[in-house]
Amino acid sequence: MDGQKDTLEVSVWRGTSSGGDFERYEVPAEENQTILDVVSWIQHYADATLTYRFACRVGMCGSCAMMVNGRPRWTCRTHVRKVLQGRRVEIAPLRNLPVIKDLAADMDVFFDKWVAAGGAHAPTAGRNDPIPPVDPQDSTRVTASAGIECINCAICYAACDTVTGNADYLGPAALQRAWTLFNDSKHDRRAGILDAVSGSGGCHNCHSMGSCTVFCPNDLDPMSAIAGLKRETSRRFWRKGG
Amino acid sequence: MLDLRLYMLQRISALVMAPLTLGHIAVMIYAVQGGLSAEEILGRTQGSAFWFLFYGSFVLAVSVHAAIGLRVIVHETFGLRGVRLTSVTWGIGLLLLSLGAQALVAVTWPGAV
Ligand code: FES
Repeated sequence: MDGQKDTLEVSVWRGTSSGGDFERYEVPAEENQTILDVVSWIQHYADATLTYRFACRVGMCGSCAMMVNGRPRWTCRTHVRKVLQGRRVEIAPLRNLPVIKDLAADMDVFFDKWVAAGGAHAPTAGRNDPIPPVDPQDSTRVTASAGIECINCAICYAACDTVTGNADYLGPAALQRAWTLFNDSKHDRRAGILDAVSGSGGCHNCHSMGSCTVFCPNDLDPMSAIAGLKRETSRRFWRKGG
Repeated sequence: MLDLRLYMLQRISALVMAPLTLGHIAVMIYAVQGGLSAEEILGRTQGSAFWFLFYGSFVLAVSVHAAIGLRVIVHETFGLRGVRLTSVTWGIGLLLLSLGAQALVAVTWPGAV
């Protein structure tokens, strides 16, 4: 054990959606080391063809998410020693998404659903209008603010078993974005959001399993946001009769 | 595979089922404790509009509720969709409805065996 203390045994997924396999790499262990550091080391010193994605390295951009030992994580803020199993760690592309190559998942579906859920902002005022005041204590604003720290890393999407079983389901990130905009007084298409999330892939497919909330690296709560959408759509159903 | 309409139908049917289930259990306990025979029970339920409506709405609610629930499971487990998923949903609903209707007739129709 002592002789091998300085290296990690890292299995990395190599391949695309149409096929591939895990490859093993020996990576020097450091006192302070993130999963992203490990992946970068492999690309710099072991195999330059390894494909992966990152940008900010500080948990802001949301581009570095991968499956680490079977769980979705932001790799730039995941310390190796927290997830290590013995000396081993397994790194794979995000679940529930097609793979472009190696660790780079294809995010197109994820963002298409984000737009389909009504997630594109439509301002209520133009550039030359006075800025409408926002009261940060207002309860609707508090609800909207609860979800604005989403970095679109797709970790919740990868964690969601309903997405796995139902490819049309919009997923937690898109629905949380919809709930945020629904509660944002500066959003102009709030009624349209309830229509957008009421279709066959909408918020009503959620089984409230809560993996999204458990795995969100920013401690957001998409499950409750989706519950909010269910509540509002039901309320409107009783008011309008469908 | 669950839009707002199906979601509401499933919740409303659950709302209907909940008190009826409790009522059914209460009646069962009452009947057993009182030592009523099957004949005595049927003597009270057959020809009774109340029991016909009671169990009729239960059968209807169960058929709707279970068909929608199983639709979700079938879709998520076997990937069925479109016309095939719709046929499975209706098939399950109608099967439960016909089985339930048979029982309903036997228990509440006047003179049924
Ligand atoms: S690299 Fe930006 S969040 Fe990890």
